[in-house]
Amino acid sequence: MKPFLLTGTLNRSATIFLAIVATAGVLLPALNLLTPDASALHVPTYLVSLFGKYVCYAILALSIDLIWGYCGILSLGHGAFFALGGYAMGMYLMRQIGTRGVYADPVLPDFMVFLNWKSLPWYWHGFDMFWFAALMVVLVPGLLAFCFGWLAFRSRVTGVYFSIITQAMTYALLLAFFRNDFGFGGNNGLTDFKDILGFNVQADGTRAALFAASCVALAASFLICRAVVDSKLGKVLVAIRDAESRTRFLGYRVESYKLFVFTLSACIAGVAGALYVPQVGIINPSEFAPANSIEAVIWVAVGGRGTLIGAALGAVVVNYAKTVFTSGPLAPYWLFLLGALFVLVTLLMPKGLLGTWHAWYGRRKPAPTAGATPSDETEFAGEIAKPHMAE
Amino acid sequence: MTMPDGRKTSAMLYLDGVHVSFDGFHAINNLSLTVAPGEMRAIIGPNGAGKTTMMDIITGKTRPDQGDVLFDGRTDLTKLDEAEIAELGIGRKFQKPTVFESQSVEDNLLLSLREDRGVRAALFRQRNPDDTDRIDRVLETIRLQGVRHQLAGSLSHGQKQWLEIGMLLAQDPKLLLVDEPVAGMTDVETHQTAELLKEINRDKTVVVVEHDMTFVRELGVKVTCLHEGTVLAEGSIDQVSENERVIEVYLGR
Ligand SMILES: Nc1ncnc2c1ncn2[C@@H]1O[C@H](COP(=O)(O)OP(=O)(O)O)[C@@H](O)[C@H]1O
Ligand SMILES: [Mg+2]
Repeated sequence: MKPFLLTGTLNRSATIFLAIVATAGVLLPALNLLTPDASALHVPTYLVSLFGKYVCYAILALSIDLIWGYCGILSLGHGAFFALGGYAMGMYLMRQIGTRGVYADPVLPDFMVFLNWKSLPWYWHGFDMFWFAALMVVLVPGLLAFCFGWLAFRSRVTGVYFSIITQAMTYALLLAFFRNDFGFGGNNGLTDFKDILGFNVQADGTRAALFAASCVALAASFLICRAVVDSKLGKVLVAIRDAESRTRFLGYRVESYKLFVFTLSACIAGVAGALYVPQVGIINPSEFAPANSIEAVIWVAVGGRGTLIGAALGAVVVNYAKTVFTSGPLAPYWLFLLGALFVLVTLLMPKGLLGTWHAWYGRRKPAPTAGATPSDETEFAGEIAKPHMAE
Repeated sequence: MTMPDGRKTSAMLYLDGVHVSFDGFHAINNLSLTVAPGEMRAIIGPNGAGKTTMMDIITGKTRPDQGDVLFDGRTDLTKLDEAEIAELGIGRKFQKPTVFESQSVEDNLLLSLREDRGVRAALFRQRNPDDTDRIDRVLETIRLQGVRHQLAGSLSHGQKQWLEIGMLLAQDPKLLLVDEPVAGMTDVETHQTAELLKEINRDKTVVVVEHDMTFVRELGVKVTCLHEGTVLAEGSIDQVSENERVIEVYLGR
């Protein structure tokens, strides 16, 4: 019989999604590096990095969909895990600057020299090594999520109360990272990066490689999330979302399941943040802004909750729209538009872009046999998870 | 009184002097009840009598302010949470039928099968042929073979009630608590449900809460009438329905 986990039996939409990610991951860097600047096919480096940013947002959206779409946990603080992953990467990049900084201190980043610090704070040790930083990218958000989730889920904080305390969490981190004496560059954050793994972060080749790496991370995160939601654990998550107390009375420790998936989700968000920072060239406390986390939830709602692919799609579509809007004369109205988009999607397309498309496509497709097709329906159900907010 | 094997009572379920109040309102008052192993007991009583609250106490959802609640003669249920109590072998059907609507009937039962409930076990669990047999057996008992692959949400009200009973059976509990199983059912469904519970009672202890007197009569078991959180009368359905205080409670107001 088929094992639930990693059977390699991906359905058609998952295969198409992975094929698109793989094609983008190869094609964009190739068009950037291998075509002459004048060629019509040439993709300028700034676009490679812009798309790289979208891919990182898509990973963040996946991580949110894993907990919200499948387990009903609405985190409005996931931007914090993203930012923490970003800071861990930023610390590595700062330590790579070495004597090339304005103050040319071999160990201390410029902002520490400026603050008259004599030695590196303990929590900056080890970040000169890439492997250590990479580990922290996953561990720090994961550990915070574990501690936060342990307290919240054990006390059975759910629904809107949980959402509010996640907002408070990211806001508290925002305030902390703003402080100079917190040791992360205060208001300015970390920037002026030079090298990553010995390569110039500004170079076309590095930018292309970072984009490709982001695509690999997106595909890997997708496969991990897919494996989780296709396992029996995934069925338990949906059970918790739809009828939490029923699940409890069946003998499941709901809080352990929530804690597992929340922590995993935070680790994935951390990876997204880590890939984001070298591509945008800066990380500062504004990444902790509560509005960022809310925006990310809107991407998921727009793309289609409980579909994974829809979440990634939503992140790319909404951010592309944002780029177009905020670079034109309508820039000041972007937030209104985003709000309107959210309201419209919630009212008119509660299943989001992908869910609506699936429903439409399913209806248009002639039924292979007379009457209803229950097998289709069940397959569909796993993918278009029906959101039940209240129990 | 201590029994030779360390049991404090021979009962499967033993409640003694239980009190619960919600903000000063006494929902359960000095409730004492004993259900023997293998017994089926029907609990009747007007709305608000505390029947559901009694189930909440047994399953760990509500903590009693006072009193003893013992399962299988030795386990103090007032110290355990819902998951621990479920693992001991107590299954519960809610008053409002509660199944996992967006999952198939088969998956609903798969989630209920008695096995390791841990996160790691769930993540790495593989589907095996034995599951299909176990699910088949439950489906046969609850007569839902035909809708195996349908979404639970698409079932009729009565079918959902049966599925939920099936989920309890899949858990293979020693004691089943069934809250108003025939509410909203047709007469035929009500009759089938009585048959189903009798069949289940062949190897399990069952406590059924129900309003429907025809149904209770059909079960033909000992009846306990609750009123204002305490036992008003106990005995056969005929004895209980002739009891003056019961008549007063049901008709006198
Ligand atoms: N969580 C609660 N908080 C306050 N009052 C409650 C709670 N649960 C039950 N009650 C009250 O306790 C009484 C018994 O309720 P219940 O056990 O549901 O009755 P039954 O199931 O017999 O109809 C009712 O008056 C109800 O309003
Ligand atoms: Mg009730």
